[in-house]
Amino acid sequence: MPSEPLRQLLLDPTVVTVALGALLLGATAGALGTFAVLRRQSLLGDTMSHAALPGVVLGYLLAQGRSLPAMLAGALVTGLAAALLAQLLARRRGVKHEAALGTWLGTGFALGVVLLSLVQHQPGAGSAGLEQFLFGQAAATLRSDLLLIGAIALLSLGLVALLFHRFELVTFDPRFARAGGVAVRVYETLLTLLLAVAIVVGLQLVGVVLMSALVVAPAVAARQLAGSLGAMLWLSAAVGAFSALVGALASAAVPGLSTGPTVVLVATACAALALAFGRRRGVRLEGA
Amino acid sequence: MSRPAPASAPPAAETVGVSLRYGRALALDGVSLRVPRGAMGAVVGPNGAGKSTLLKVLLGLDDGHEGDAYLLGRPALQARHLVGYVPQRSTVDWDFPATALDVVTMGLYRQLGPFRRAGRAARERARAALAEVGMEAFEDRQIGQLSGGQQQRVFLARALVQEAELYLLDEPFAGVDAASEAALVEVLRRLNAQGATVVAVHHDLTTLASYFDWIALLNVRLFAQGPLAATLTPEALQAAYGGRLPLLATLAPEEVRRAV
Amino acid sequence: MIQALFDDVAFTILLTGVLTAASAALLGTFLVVRGQAMLSDAISHGVVFGVAVTFLLSGVAAGPLQLLGAGAAGLLTVLLTEWLAASGKVKRDAATGLVFPALFAAGILLLNLFARDAHVDAHTVLLGEIGFVWLDRVTLLGLSLPRAVVVLGAVLLLNVVYVTLFHKQLTAAAFDPVMARLQGLRPRRMTLGLLALTSLTAVAALDAVGVVLFVAFTITPAVVGRLAARRLPSMLGVALAVGVGAALVGYPLAVRFDLSIGGSMALLTAVPLVPLLLLGPSGALGRRLG
Repeated sequence: MPSEPLRQLLLDPTVVTVALGALLLGATAGALGTFAVLRRQSLLGDTMSHAALPGVVLGYLLAQGRSLPAMLAGALVTGLAAALLAQLLARRRGVKHEAALGTWLGTGFALGVVLLSLVQHQPGAGSAGLEQFLFGQAAATLRSDLLLIGAIALLSLGLVALLFHRFELVTFDPRFARAGGVAVRVYETLLTLLLAVAIVVGLQLVGVVLMSALVVAPAVAARQLAGSLGAMLWLSAAVGAFSALVGALASAAVPGLSTGPTVVLVATACAALALAFGRRRGVRLEGA
Repeated sequence: MSRPAPASAPPAAETVGVSLRYGRALALDGVSLRVPRGAMGAVVGPNGAGKSTLLKVLLGLDDGHEGDAYLLGRPALQARHLVGYVPQRSTVDWDFPATALDVVTMGLYRQLGPFRRAGRAARERARAALAEVGMEAFEDRQIGQLSGGQQQRVFLARALVQEAELYLLDEPFAGVDAASEAALVEVLRRLNAQGATVVAVHHDLTTLASYFDWIALLNVRLFAQGPLAATLTPEALQAAYGGRLPLLATLAPEEVRRAV
Repeated sequence: MIQALFDDVAFTILLTGVLTAASAALLGTFLVVRGQAMLSDAISHGVVFGVAVTFLLSGVAAGPLQLLGAGAAGLLTVLLTEWLAASGKVKRDAATGLVFPALFAAGILLLNLFARDAHVDAHTVLLGEIGFVWLDRVTLLGLSLPRAVVVLGAVLLLNVVYVTLFHKQLTAAAFDPVMARLQGLRPRRMTLGLLALTSLTAVAALDAVGVVLFVAFTITPAVVGRLAARRLPSMLGVALAVGVGAALVGYPLAVRFDLSIGGSMALLTAVPLVPLLLLGPSGALGRRLG
């Protein structure tokens, strides 16, 4: 039997909303992270999440207030723009992939910080709602947000289910896939798009600084335990959902505890346990 | 071409019972190589024979092997700075912001001592080395903008400024145009004539006999080593290659005959 | 007269920005040519864990002890990542993406829970407060100087000495580590030194520009340098000019439009990329025109 305060906490409608939101976005980020880790895009994820900050603020400015759809759409646009610019820059002689990613991570975040300071000085527009996007805040999830988060989760996971075998092929052996007549570029672009979606969906809870870790850590944990891509996907989703839920509730219960860092620590703990005790079964999907 | 070394002189490069495993696979098995001083030598063998690995052992770049390696009569680790080493082209970052002259100057860094900068004298020496490989016109070119053969010549120039007694080259002619290959060979011959020992990992059997005068046949084990004429026999080749190169059967005997 | 200079808020802020940018550009150039730009990201985040632990253990939120403690954490981040990647269980990029966020998250939570009233808080660590660095002062040689200027100045001096003394070794280690090893130029030690200095610099710059903007100061000027120059010395020169220039222009701009000072300085480092990307030899415009 749960104790009285705990029961109260669990029945509180705000807490229920937060918990549901965390579950949904944790599962989405975890599942989509599977492909990001297998395709070695962890650092791309970090770049996109930092570069999402200016998009969040732009969305806020355009919607003239806190509108989650506008802010997430903005985040998606600037996050993807950073990915594109990094690709463009890495094509230059002498600029290596890492440097290209780092350039837009820093520049994107700096732009976000400058825009934040701009909003701060607008009359009436408190930036408090925006600063949550730095470290994330569980309590910021509104009931109306659930619909959006749920829709994004359903759409992206549905796409993964629908195209599972194509994604599997393209992740595992793109050259073989191309030889087999698969439009590899299309699916690769789709997967990168889904990574951006995974990152954007969790920004409010985890924040731009640490969101990429919620994409990476569950997949690393699942990688040590699962024997197939399908199993890894489910497991990663479960770890993501669990981490987001525990982190969100803990930070809601303990005043002053930032949500993002809490979520990430839970996810990393899962990964550490899996790394220490999981007997890694050769996932078929290991590119060289 | 090479001058006979005094019998008492230790080999230029030597390994004693070197074995090395990568996981379960044996990469080198009891290899005891003895390259005499003044040799113009090649280490020959099929792909995956452990040729580059043997070079790594000689240079003390591998910690996991059994057996010992010596350079110029001293334990490899104590003498490797005396070796002019030309790595495989594919292992180098050609996007690095450096000109051909910069790269050659790097060969002088050890001689300059820890704190001295590369001044005019050093750059003059580097220029001279570039001229020796016929690359003086390209000293200001960024290395990434040179052709494969030109890059290899720059690397040979970098080894030249070290004024080494022993030159170790890893596949120096791989991906190199004919003009550059000829230039490289000419420089190596000149060095050899001046008394330096040259050892190259090589896999083109058609040019083997015309470039080198000493060979070691390696395929995990050392199948034969010695002066080219006595060592490059169809039997030894057959043993080392194990019939893995069908082309060999048609090429080798003629080459061998010419060499003998 | 010198004292008056250091009492001037604008001068102090400009100097802090310039010192940060110069140190970061110096180290960033070597990290970028080594293909290890993102190590600066990992280090600067990892440093926060060290800041929190040093504070909890000793109550120190500044000074040499903090520099060493937090600097060690930055180095630890890299070593832990290397160790994890070497285990073969996790690819390098995922190992990086796992280790530094975890240490950073742990550092932030420790600060959240135990250092609420201290001057190190999560917000400052993330964004820095370059506008307020002049408030925290130390007395040196009879002068009252802003602590950030003293620390960043000392770190810059250390960086300049290191890069000047070991310019050859660092270059050789970056271009051809095997050859550097054969020549006895000790590339591994040189690399460790480079990373240790990056950690120290990240700690020193924390109060001023925070964790993420430090990454911008480290990587972007070096990338601009690489695009504009063909040789390492000139690349270094361009990187320094871009970083310092961005700091000098960023401050008045931020003041004029009431923007984040650190953010403006960091953002300006990327401005030269616009023409370089559009007009360079393989740039979008260049291709169309050429």
